[in-house]
Amino acid sequence: MSDELKPDELLNKIDHKPDGGDWMDTPVQIRPGMYCYAAKAESVKTLGLPNARPWNPAEDDWKLPENWQEIIHNGIKERLERFRTFKVFMDICVRCGACADKCHFFLGTGDPKNMPVLRAELLRSVYRNDFTRAAKLLKFLPGGEFLAGGRPMTMDVLKEWWYYFFQCTECRRCSVFCPYGIDTAEITIMGRELLNLLGLNIDWIATPVSNCYQTGNHLGIQPHAFKDMLEFFTEDIEEITGVNVEPQFNKKGADILFITPSGDVFADPGTYTCQGYLILFKYLKDKYGLDVTWSTYASEGGNFGFFTSHETMKRLNAKMYAEARRLGVKWILGGECGHMWRVIHQYMDTMNGPADFLEEPVNPITGTKFENAKSTKMVHITEFTADLIKHGKLELDKSRNANRIMTYHDSCNTSRGMGLLEEPRYVLKNVCDNFFEMPENTIREQTFCCGSGSGLNAGENIELRMAGGLPRANAVKYVHEKFGVNTLGTICAIDRAALSTLMEYWVPEVEVCGIHELVGNALILPGEHDREMDLRMEPLPGKEDIDE
Amino acid sequence: MSKNAIIAGLVVFVATALFPFWFNIGGSNAAPEIELSERAKAARYCVLEKYDMRAEHMSLLDEWRDSVVRDADRLYKGTNGKSFNMSLSTGEDSCLGCHTDKEKFCDRCHNFVSVAPYCWECHTTPEEVTR
Amino acid sequence: MNQKYMLPLAGVVLLFLLAYAGVEGAGLQWFFGIVIPYLAVIAFIWGFVNRVMGWADSAVPFRIPTTCGQEKSLPWIKQNRIDNPDTAWGVFIRMVLEIFLFRSLFRNTKAAFHRDENNRLSYSWEIFLWLGALAFHYAFLVTAVRHLRFFMEPVPWCLKALEYMDGIVQLGLPNIFMSGLVLLAAALFLLARRIFDAKVSYISLAADYFPLFLIIGIAVTGIAMRYFTKVDVVGVKEFTMGIVTFQPVIPAGVGPLFYAHLFMVSVLIVYFPMSKLMHMGGIFLSPTRNMANNTRAKRHVNPWNYAVDVHTYEQYEDHFRDKMIEAGLPVDKKE
Repeated sequence: MSDELKPDELLNKIDHKPDGGDWMDTPVQIRPGMYCYAAKAESVKTLGLPNARPWNPAEDDWKLPENWQEIIHNGIKERLERFRTFKVFMDICVRCGACADKCHFFLGTGDPKNMPVLRAELLRSVYRNDFTRAAKLLKFLPGGEFLAGGRPMTMDVLKEWWYYFFQCTECRRCSVFCPYGIDTAEITIMGRELLNLLGLNIDWIATPVSNCYQTGNHLGIQPHAFKDMLEFFTEDIEEITGVNVEPQFNKKGADILFITPSGDVFADPGTYTCQGYLILFKYLKDKYGLDVTWSTYASEGGNFGFFTSHETMKRLNAKMYAEARRLGVKWILGGECGHMWRVIHQYMDTMNGPADFLEEPVNPITGTKFENAKSTKMVHITEFTADLIKHGKLELDKSRNANRIMTYHDSCNTSRGMGLLEEPRYVLKNVCDNFFEMPENTIREQTFCCGSGSGLNAGENIELRMAGGLPRANAVKYVHEKFGVNTLGTICAIDRAALSTLMEYWVPEVEVCGIHELVGNALILPGEHDREMDLRMEPLPGKEDIDE
Repeated sequence: MSKNAIIAGLVVFVATALFPFWFNIGGSNAAPEIELSERAKAARYCVLEKYDMRAEHMSLLDEWRDSVVRDADRLYKGTNGKSFNMSLSTGEDSCLGCHTDKEKFCDRCHNFVSVAPYCWECHTTPEEVTR
Repeated sequence: MNQKYMLPLAGVVLLFLLAYAGVEGAGLQWFFGIVIPYLAVIAFIWGFVNRVMGWADSAVPFRIPTTCGQEKSLPWIKQNRIDNPDTAWGVFIRMVLEIFLFRSLFRNTKAAFHRDENNRLSYSWEIFLWLGALAFHYAFLVTAVRHLRFFMEPVPWCLKALEYMDGIVQLGLPNIFMSGLVLLAAALFLLARRIFDAKVSYISLAADYFPLFLIIGIAVTGIAMRYFTKVDVVGVKEFTMGIVTFQPVIPAGVGPLFYAHLFMVSVLIVYFPMSKLMHMGGIFLSPTRNMANNTRAKRHVNPWNYAVDVHTYEQYEDHFRDKMIEAGLPVDKKE
């Protein structure tokens, strides 16, 4: 745990040179601090997923069904037919090693099985053994089996899968460098689907998924509590600005349905970003009459189903369109979140569309058509805000963020699964004067993961998270030392939670904030009183000594 | 990528891979005949044995060139015990002095295997000289 | 560890000896020269087509390109049309750059840990893998195309031009072809990487060393025949033309080294479709590169999309109705 393992000790442990031996003969050691607790039987049961039972990864017996090998075999077979990615990626890797030192988990742990190529080989070796003609033909030759590079599916292999497929955050950084575009995220997704067929999920994923399915959000916030929480923010904002920004819930006939990750409603510093949204919507309502509604039913933007299986992802995602249809809104606006946007951008329309009951999104204030979202009909909040700022529709007072010396962390999903790079930077630069980029090999499409994505943001695997976040933290430390950066901006809810812990561990002088927290600070609401505090209720720059 | 596009790509690939086969439909495997001059026929021997001559004459000529230009040594002692004047094209006692018809003796094979020796950038055939 | 490359090496040596001894000792020219090459061509084409059709038979349910630049967004934000294409044309350019210039590999970096008070991780541009790979593939291509002179009569001017360019360094006789030497050097570099780079060595399988040794063997025998032991190329062309015109002949005097060379080429093309060498076909089909990033603008259809269980709003409201009414939240049914 973080208290036990000091940053220096963690750093000293890292060695990027594997010490030889054959990886296939190196059995997995499931080490505390590196893995998440097993999924609770209750959560698995709620979702109707297979093999719900209590089990413990640290024990020998994982309580698997008798025919588990057959289930895995058939599972692989089915996925090979359904996903060309999977089949092609199983066949064409040449093991050139270009991906090896691109993975934050490898860079942070030095564990060779965290090299993306080996992570994939864990599955590929079984694929080669069970599914390729080469293996069947080569068996007849002396040394042929060895040449084919396969291995049978055993309990040890299964445990290795479980350990390492839950040490990948599906960030796709390796895929940028792969000469064939092999996407380890895709392989991890398949690996986790297969593990889920045997009931081998982790609780930090399974329970949020089950909550989201039943209650509408990962945290299991019930409708009245959800309303209470936003009202609590409303009170805070009224104290800070003197304006009541009361939001609307489940309102039929509103212009826009707004969906954001529930983490922003629940935990700091995401809550400040959430307050930023409330301020923005109030401003737009008063100035331009824009009618935005929140939903308690679709109260989760995030989708931990994505980390479980394609089917589970679809089941959770279905709520967005269903609620938009029920409320009769024109289109949907999505808050700052990483994997939520990967799902919306690359999967939602295909899975749960077509959204022919919505209108092609147009910003009613500027008249801008969001051409890039005309089919899915969901717009990213930074696209929306950037458009408003560009057209001069927002009155902003940058000086309120003058104490923030910013750098910006591109979230994996929005950068490599979408390409949303300039919009958040544009918004950021318009609400804050001090902005410094991290080194170019650590931002944009080469950005480093927070180390806690894809459902690995638990407490029990803290060593893994701090190690995986090392490359990101290292780059932040660099700009902190060089430019005095004190705040790390991001557009991902998991980042806001994970990076805060990560910074506390590696670069304690740096705070984490969402982009719309800064927007909320800078935006001048009609009728507001002279603000003394920012959204964190800390004195604004220049107002520090007023209390004294 | 759609299945049709993939099939189209495959057709192109297979056609390319099998190019030597379809390109030569109706072709023949005949190698060119080289014609020996009367003098060469009469001599019945050359610098090396026939197969070695075919395979290695270019290396031999390369050695000869170095020997003549650098050491002014024009005498080659063949493995068959005979001595030869190291010269490609000068006078009776040279390669072309015996193999008088370059077109029928050299060029046919060179063309067949697509070899364009730079010998002829400097050397001329005796015929050309007479002309 | 050693086993991973010693076994493939022994295998390749064995293959070489098999053909060499078979021809030299047992006079099996017809077997290694005629039977094996025909079978190898059939196996190659059949295997290659099968593999690619296998990929084609699998669905592409989602549009999941890896985006490496700015998306197409608001009109005043400059899109990266190649690394994040939203049109077929952009994808085409991206694929051309990927296939002909190995663009993704060109990005390669090397991470290094500086052990000092800062413990800084830094990333430097690492170009050697890209250079080695590019040299290897282009040298292989030129070498293969150059061999067409054995399969065409008359030899067309473009081939002659290629040979002229390849032999432009006029060293000795016969002319040095650069492609063959570059091929050998690049293959040796790739081999050295696999053996001496700890990370690459750890991930390498016997299946990675085998084709490398085989290609090195092919290059070495080819170079040996051209520059050292010599072979009667007229006889060789008689033989190759015989193969492609289906009038096979065994020319007199062509030695066992040629048959060993040919046998290793045959083994390579038989092994090709069942191995990682299929990346040649696969690079065209990788969905993270060959799809446009226009998922939100244009709906992609999943051929096997199926209905799933969802928790509907009605179920949700039924569950929470009282609490919702109490909190003043709108409900569809009052009771």
